[in-house]
Amino acid sequence: MQTRIALAPGADLPGFRAAVRGLVARGVKPREVLWETGASLFGAAPPQDGPAFSLPRAAAELIGLVICHRDPARHALLYEMIWRLRHGEPHLLEMRHDKLTHRLEMLAKAVRRDLHKMHAFVRFRRVEDAQGERFLAWFEPDHHILEATSGFFVNRFRSLVWSILTPEGTLHWDGTRLEIGPPGQRGDVPERDEVESGWLDYYQSIFNPARLNTAMMQKEMPRKYWRNLPEARLIPELVAQAPARVEEMIARAAAMSAKRDPQKAVAAMAAQTPTTLAALNRIITASPPFLAGSTRAVLGEGVMQPAIAFIGEQPGDEEDAQGRCFVGPAGQLLDAMLARAGIDRAECYITNAVKHFKFEQRGKNRLHQSPTTGEIKHYRWWLLKELELVRPRLVVALGASAALAVGGQPVCVTQARGPAQLGDWPAFVTTHPSYLLRLPDEQARRAAEAAFLQDLRAVRRLAQTHA
Amino acid sequence: MTASLDPALTAKLRILADAAKYDASCASSGAPKRAAGKGGLGSTTGAGICHSYTPDGRCVSLLKILLTNYCLFDCAYCINRRSSNVPRARFSVREVVDLTLAFYKRNYIEGLFLSSGIIRSPDYTMEQMMLVAKSLRQDHGFAGYIHLKAIPEANPWLIEQAGLWADRLSINLELPNETSLARLAPEKQAPAISAAMGQMQQRIVEAKAERRRFSPSGQSTQIIVGADATDDAAVLAKSAALYGDFKLRRIYYSAYSPHQAVSAALPAKPPPLQRENRLYQADWLLRYYGFTATEIAAGGEGGMLDLEIDPKLAWALKNRGQFPVDVNQAPREMLLRVPGLGARAVEKIIAARRFSRLRLADVARLSSGLKRMLPFLITEDHRPAQTDRLDLRQRLAVQPSLF
Ligand code: SF4
Repeated sequence: MQTRIALAPGADLPGFRAAVRGLVARGVKPREVLWETGASLFGAAPPQDGPAFSLPRAAAELIGLVICHRDPARHALLYEMIWRLRHGEPHLLEMRHDKLTHRLEMLAKAVRRDLHKMHAFVRFRRVEDAQGERFLAWFEPDHHILEATSGFFVNRFRSLVWSILTPEGTLHWDGTRLEIGPPGQRGDVPERDEVESGWLDYYQSIFNPARLNTAMMQKEMPRKYWRNLPEARLIPELVAQAPARVEEMIARAAAMSAKRDPQKAVAAMAAQTPTTLAALNRIITASPPFLAGSTRAVLGEGVMQPAIAFIGEQPGDEEDAQGRCFVGPAGQLLDAMLARAGIDRAECYITNAVKHFKFEQRGKNRLHQSPTTGEIKHYRWWLLKELELVRPRLVVALGASAALAVGGQPVCVTQARGPAQLGDWPAFVTTHPSYLLRLPDEQARRAAEAAFLQDLRAVRRLAQTHA
Repeated sequence: MTASLDPALTAKLRILADAAKYDASCASSGAPKRAAGKGGLGSTTGAGICHSYTPDGRCVSLLKILLTNYCLFDCAYCINRRSSNVPRARFSVREVVDLTLAFYKRNYIEGLFLSSGIIRSPDYTMEQMMLVAKSLRQDHGFAGYIHLKAIPEANPWLIEQAGLWADRLSINLELPNETSLARLAPEKQAPAISAAMGQMQQRIVEAKAERRRFSPSGQSTQIIVGADATDDAAVLAKSAALYGDFKLRRIYYSAYSPHQAVSAALPAKPPPLQRENRLYQADWLLRYYGFTATEIAAGGEGGMLDLEIDPKLAWALKNRGQFPVDVNQAPREMLLRVPGLGARAVEKIIAARRFSRLRLADVARLSSGLKRMLPFLITEDHRPAQTDRLDLRQRLAVQPSLF
């Protein structure tokens, strides 16, 4: 006995699902089902629902695509697949050489291609009237993909108001809601668009007549699409004129420029790399912070060609406010320690690896946040230029960030503490003074301070030997 | 509402699109999937979309233009070099932003591919390009694809800024070795180019680790072939090194065309377009088929790939001792080396053969290259008799030419 199932025309996924559930529940074999679609299905049974059952994910995906195909056999093929999956062939879809699987894959591929071509070839025209701005397009897909394609267009043109008209139905998006309407007509879309001529100009200019290859073009953009592509009407002329345009290109390339060689501009360009610290600082000051929120770039300070250059991590809250480096609590501590070690800050150069303050806002407070490796490296080019121009005899890296910035490699301060070679620079690695401020335990802090002081004394001696 | 675009603007568009057309590295693929937020415009799908094809068979995916074709450099192979006789034009940042949005809203493009001749200084030019990307993202909430061609001579700081806004930053290598670069592009510096590529690679890795955005779809580059004497073996060795060192996503090969430039330093004849095609096929073998550059080159003669047959077939013909391979048993690595068998088909075969022994008709359903693989493949019902036939090359070389 045959069971006749009537589905709505097009991609009737809910109808198909209901029908399949009913058939599965009653154990109806594939060859006993007659699938029909259309409006006048006199005598056919409307889909009869049954309990849901589970299918492999790949099967669900395949159904979603194949249901859009215009092949009238699609329902029968899909039901046969479901039947076989549930009757001893759970791996049917991995067997891509199987005739049924192969056929379904071919149908899915055609639908996928149709979707892809619709995403690519829809061309909107803009209308502006009393209702505001709208974008309208006419398109003729091969398969029943109108609904399946809607997600793509909503995701992409969310802020616009648009409609896509097809012979099977209309998608309409008002900026917040999607509506699927009755079939449209080509004539409902305006003939013109103010930007379209610019698109045609672009299309002909981007074409290279020296590489004419119409077969390749037609493989990817078959003629059936041409009537809805404004640029396609240029194709015959572009192809016909290609040989003449190639001649012209050769003639043009052979002629030398009539203009005078811009020697001066070329020389000026060659001199663009900053050759003074002031020039570098101008670039740094003018650049937007890589880390949003900081007030300004905090520049290095001190004498040129000093015995010692101290490199810190990055400006803190106080430094950001004043625009000077090492003026906050850590700076004050550093000053005190330098004095005790017998180093005159006025004879040194002092700067930070990162030139902008990075923080996290907590209520009214701006809490310091350490820069990431990427951020340090981002600022590294400036620091290296700066050192090249300042030319210190010894570079002191205060903490791991500074050592990374100078040498380009991550450094563990506890292990590398002491004299080191960082990149091109004779250097000394020690802790950052703010580390001392953060130690809660009085005894530990004293010990760390003593060690830091010892480091600074070693720095002083080392700087003398480099002299 | 204006009836059409300003004619002065379209005149510029024509010049600056014409000037950009020789750059082949124009795909919109590889971006992370992204949809327009509320009030936003644009999305990326991951795979990229070709919105049109010109009669040269090339895909039109992005609005591919130069910011300006004025250039202070004098690269012999480039139509925009300062000594070239072309009409010049320059867009403002605003004009590029507006054009991109107008084209995007009509679904002509996936986004923008912006490059530029060098005006005033590499820094100035890079900054202008960065500002285009920044304005699109910040002022217009644009979430479509942006590819910027970085200028390796520019201050790395600016390149980094650009990487914050672009989906892809790339630098064109143009010439496969430093000697050619020095001879043909006097203002360019090979160390600057590889330093900039290295820097970008580092930033991409760090940004991923820190979950920040920096050129998320990676780097690509373009190499011009046929403008100097570098052979295919050297080009492929260079490519393999670039994929290895800088983790490039893609390398584009562009056959040098004397239509762009007549300079005494360059050959008068273009290389056959088929050479470009063979390099692309070889590149594919490097990336997805487990071949080394040396193996591929050995399939050709004297350092050049065979123009008549594809490089995989060329390799197989010179290594017939390794064939035929059994479709039902051979390891993946060996199946990948069978002429006519693509990487996807290999995956399907491996899945399918777990359930049944494959026959010729089965393989025909899994791959479209059956004819070419026949001499190299054993199936349940087929064993080739002809693997060592001397005329195998002639029999298989008869294939429709690509152009
Ligand atoms: S820098 Fe060289 S390749 Fe780039 S536009 Fe100028 S001349 Fe052409």
